[in-house]
Amino acid sequence: MKKTQVKLQAIQGNHSSALAAIDAGCRFYAGYPITPSSEVAEKMSSLLPDVDGVFIQMEDEIASMGAILGASLGGKKVMTATSGPGFSLKQEHIGFAAGAEIPCVIINVMRGGPSTGMPTRPSQGDVMQARWGTHGDHPVIVLAPDSVAEIYQQTLRAFNLAEQLRVPVVVLFDEVLGHLVESITIPEADTFERVERKWASGPEAEFQPYRDSGNGVPEMAMPGSGYRVHTTGLTHAEHGFPTQDPEIVERVTERLFNKISANYSLVESYEAEQCEKADVVIVAYGITARATRRALRKAREKGIGAGLFRPVTLWPFPQERFIEEVNPDAQILVPEMNRGQLSTEIERIAGRERVTSLPRFDGEPISPQQILEKIVEITAHG
Amino acid sequence: MVETGKTTQEFEIRDYLRTELMPHFMCPGCGHGIALRALLWAIHDLGIAKDNLAVVSGIGCSGRTAAYIDANTIHTTHGRPLSFATGLKLARPDLHVVVITGDGDSLAIGGNHLIHACRRNLDITCVLLNNEVYGMTGGQVSPTTSAGRYTTTTPAGNHEPVFDACELATAAGASFVGREITMHVTALRDLFVQGLKHSGFSFIEVISDCTEIYGRKNELGNSPEMVMSHKADIRPESYGNVVDEPFRPTDLNVGVLSQTDRPEYYTAYRQHFGKQVEGNDDPKKGGAVT
Ligand SMILES: Cc1ncc(C[n+]2csc(CCOP(=O)(O)OP(=O)(O)O)c2C)c(N)n1
Repeated sequence: MKKTQVKLQAIQGNHSSALAAIDAGCRFYAGYPITPSSEVAEKMSSLLPDVDGVFIQMEDEIASMGAILGASLGGKKVMTATSGPGFSLKQEHIGFAAGAEIPCVIINVMRGGPSTGMPTRPSQGDVMQARWGTHGDHPVIVLAPDSVAEIYQQTLRAFNLAEQLRVPVVVLFDEVLGHLVESITIPEADTFERVERKWASGPEAEFQPYRDSGNGVPEMAMPGSGYRVHTTGLTHAEHGFPTQDPEIVERVTERLFNKISANYSLVESYEAEQCEKADVVIVAYGITARATRRALRKAREKGIGAGLFRPVTLWPFPQERFIEEVNPDAQILVPEMNRGQLSTEIERIAGRERVTSLPRFDGEPISPQQILEKIVEITAHG
Repeated sequence: MVETGKTTQEFEIRDYLRTELMPHFMCPGCGHGIALRALLWAIHDLGIAKDNLAVVSGIGCSGRTAAYIDANTIHTTHGRPLSFATGLKLARPDLHVVVITGDGDSLAIGGNHLIHACRRNLDITCVLLNNEVYGMTGGQVSPTTSAGRYTTTTPAGNHEPVFDACELATAAGASFVGREITMHVTALRDLFVQGLKHSGFSFIEVISDCTEIYGRKNELGNSPEMVMSHKADIRPESYGNVVDEPFRPTDLNVGVLSQTDRPEYYTAYRQHFGKQVEGNDDPKKGGAVT
């Protein structure tokens, strides 16, 4: 069945990610209910049977994450969704996915933390956890959309990146975006790119499941196709079996990171608006970027030269683009709904003296007024 | 459920092993190897093609056995192979999915996954290699360590009650539950054959032995002596009351302990949504888009 019409729909953010997953070719979803992400699971449970997919509610988030990895190894495009406490539980298997290079998409609809925190309040407190939540050096891609439409687009992209680079991809947004209802245009099926995994080819006896197949990414072996490979969370050599040989360990770990950096042009996404000549540049992502846009308009009305740098790819952070786009003399303001998590990354790139953090962690979104006041304050001092 | 393509060839274990990985890393006298042999023998007798076999294992000495099998093998995380196996089997009902787990793996850290796998009744065969101890980490107490036994974390002898894995599995809804000891290699093979043929979740506990760590610490003798003692642990009913003197009183029964006819999970799932029950048309598509 091919879509023939562009459809305009008013939907909530959580449903938007589910629709995008189906359109991307996701045919397996495992999850465990948690506010404010449950609508993703609910939507998937109604959509998947119609496309011959499987939905399963597992006994917990660890099992949900394990189940999607099993299904991905079986050849399916897979997704799960969760929030804070569940994201913590998924970390063990996110590490497995990173190490064994298993494509998967994880939606994390952030709520207040730590621990059970504030289930129904928005937050951006999982920015660092999304990057370093599981132990050991590991690659991960994190995308942070700022609207219901962008949740759709970035979820599609998440699948493409996961399949192409064999890496877990986290789509990170918050309670407000998850429950926000906006009109979005669902594109025609043949108007967007849908990337398929590269499957093992060539003589079976010579196949090495973790050998770089050209762009840093190894080909995957489909069970039942003659390549009987071993998958393990133990550090493994190109042949897939465990090793502790220092030289090999260093080589294979480097490749895990290189496959992302070598393909970073695919991964990178950001928005830069009037950053070159600005006196102050606001670095904002997700829901906070929307409040920032409003604040920017007001600031410009006051004659303040203000720009916006909005990373859509949060990790790895588009550092080179930031340096290229942003006036090196500009002050930088980082509003975010946590105690300054991305702010530390911006300090690392831009230097501490230029960066002001605007944290908010009381369960309320940052208001345009709050950002505006800070812009005025910074520029008055500067 | 397994299509039986009756093989006429003699079973040769090397045909099913990744011999390039030899020598293996198990201790001398470890019972896990005997269980592995019986499992591969059953797979051979059923004519299951190696390409269509997926072995999913947890972490532990038990979990390490999977890598030696020349099949699609997935060595997962501690206690959680059943979660991977559930996803794999639902994605690929055409594969024969066997899980290998340990007593710590499936009864301690993975207990929740085990009971829910039993409840769902997806067509997976779960093999629990019970050596009464955490072998891999050097011999700590496990949920099946017998009363009074010494381990590295029970220096005064174990004071905790034990789990009966088979009773647990039966109570949780596993539709096929059986137990064997490694001494009965052919009976164990036959039990595996039945479990693999069963449509639904089959749970088979193998009483294995950890000679080097557990046996040594508790002065249970060398491997043959430990294996023999398992035989003496079995309740006389299991042998039709024809048995040597039991060495110690236990509730150990062997053979098929329970079997029920419950709807298999994936079949029921498909029927529920009015779909044909068959394997995926073309697994290479990786999720065809409508
Ligand atoms: C999350 C986690 N916790 C702990 C461990 C350490 N660990 C490895 S194997 C093992 C116990 C395995 O015991 P069992 O399941 O009885 O298998 P055996 O080694 O005896 O065959 C433990 C605790 C681990 N790998 N991962």
